[in-house]
Amino acid sequence: MKLSNDEVIHISRLSRLALSGDDTGLYATQLSSIIEYVELLNNLDTTSIEPTSHIIPLDNVMVEDIPGKSLPREDALRNAPDSNGRFYRVPKIIE
Amino acid sequence: MKLNEMTILGLRKLLDKREVTVREVVDDVYGRIDSVEDRVKAFITITREEAYKNTERAQEAIDSGRASLLTGIPIAIKDNMCTKGILTTCASQILHNFVPPYESTVTGKLRGQDCVLVGKTNLDEFAMGSSTENSSFHTTRNPWNLDCVPGGSSGGSVAAVAAGECIAAVGSDTGGSIRQPASLCGIVGLKPTYGRVSRYGLVAFASSLDQIGPITKDVADAAAMMNVIAGHDPLDSTSAPVASPDFMAALGRDIKGLRIGIPREYFIEGMDQDVEKSVRDAIKKLEDLGARAVEVSLPHTQYAIATYYILATSEASSNLARYDGVKYGLREPAKDLIDMYMNTRAKGFGAEVKRRIMLGTYALSSGYYDAYYKKGQQVRTLIKNDFDSAFRDVDVIVTPTAPTGAFRIGEKATDPLQMYLSDIFTISVNLAGVPGISVPCGFTREGLPVGLQIIGKHFGEETILQAAHAFEQSTEWHLRRPSL
Repeated sequence: MKLSNDEVIHISRLSRLALSGDDTGLYATQLSSIIEYVELLNNLDTTSIEPTSHIIPLDNVMVEDIPGKSLPREDALRNAPDSNGRFYRVPKIIE
Repeated sequence: MKLNEMTILGLRKLLDKREVTVREVVDDVYGRIDSVEDRVKAFITITREEAYKNTERAQEAIDSGRASLLTGIPIAIKDNMCTKGILTTCASQILHNFVPPYESTVTGKLRGQDCVLVGKTNLDEFAMGSSTENSSFHTTRNPWNLDCVPGGSSGGSVAAVAAGECIAAVGSDTGGSIRQPASLCGIVGLKPTYGRVSRYGLVAFASSLDQIGPITKDVADAAAMMNVIAGHDPLDSTSAPVASPDFMAALGRDIKGLRIGIPREYFIEGMDQDVEKSVRDAIKKLEDLGARAVEVSLPHTQYAIATYYILATSEASSNLARYDGVKYGLREPAKDLIDMYMNTRAKGFGAEVKRRIMLGTYALSSGYYDAYYKKGQQVRTLIKNDFDSAFRDVDVIVTPTAPTGAFRIGEKATDPLQMYLSDIFTISVNLAGVPGISVPCGFTREGLPVGLQIIGKHFGEETILQAAHAFEQSTEWHLRRPSL
């Protein structure tokens, strides 16, 4: 399947990646050739095959609900591009 | 022999007998870095100050008889493992200033033994690549030929070990990222069974495939390193609740009667002649040592790369959603939140990372999920079944690690698909979750190293270490070092 420029723009929005005009065409070509390659899998009939999401047999892992030590707030905020000392600060969300 | 050229176990003896001091070892390592690093470019961050600080503590531990396996041993760490207080970039601009407030389990185990942390090594951005050319900082070079790539994505860790800029290193392997560069640089790299080593604090790329493993100068060191890093970790719910054996106990056992499977799908027409000859010779050597070679079939091999590039990119698109300019790393200001996300990620990620995020987003997007992601998971089942059925007849499977020796810098950089194909022999191992080791087994006519891959059953690390060690000890490939 070949991706159109519009589809690439749609995917880039879903991916939260701003694309420049030049990039769009290049990604359309490159992604199309990769997608064409992975369509090789259509040669296989997998109707009755169970999907594998995890390779080692492992049941749900439960832990006791006991509060542990957590990161001190100043350590958690130290890498933030912007904070007010107590919270992360982000651009306005609601007008 | 300079101390930086030695192995973990070789230095351990000298340090414990007080024939050398930690300081002397560290001096030789940084002396070597000073003379070759501007050509090799293995590191993103060199932690010289911290290393010399730890030197004294390590020496004290040795002097008071409290030395562990890695006490005083200079180790390099791939820069996608969180080290508390030390810059951890994943070779990405989006994390260019990230100093983790916590320590990954594996690096905690290494540093807990008072190893000397030499530095954080270069990689393809977020471990996405097979040449280390996708680093946003610089390209690492192959110590055997500076015009060639070291392989990837753990190219920095591997080049540092091969060039003698550290004694050993750790890397991560999602589709071959430890084994393929180890093959291209003529050293040993082990990808453990999925779940054998904790992923806590390893920056996630594809969580169902990622695994940390040792990068060393010989097989004994790989076993020693496994003794330190393996084990269940409550902080990683995907780590396997199984006991760790003494991996070093496997060393020195003979391989008489060991059944080695040779998958016919891995010896295909058109494969590099020098690689094929080295690997065929290696199989002959294993037979001389008493192993029995049997042809086996892994019939879904041709689907492995396609399966991988659906599953790994889907997981990556989800894992990398956390880089949004809010909690850490780069932020590109914008008038509203969505534009801030879009601009930050556009500026912070390189081309290959963007390609994979978009591919994964597409595979998971509405209307395509069954055709791509679910299909990929189903084919993963078939690939796993191939290994299960082959391992009913054999103890290990032997293949080339990489289809060619090291390629030239820039040679495959413009064609993503061509680059993906360099992982053709390693990717199935991650999909099946089994362990694999690469050991040096020869050289191409251009003088570039060739690696032999030995694959084991789930939690069969001891058997592959046993086979790899027996092979290594009857050859001298692992003793060759590049002249820099």
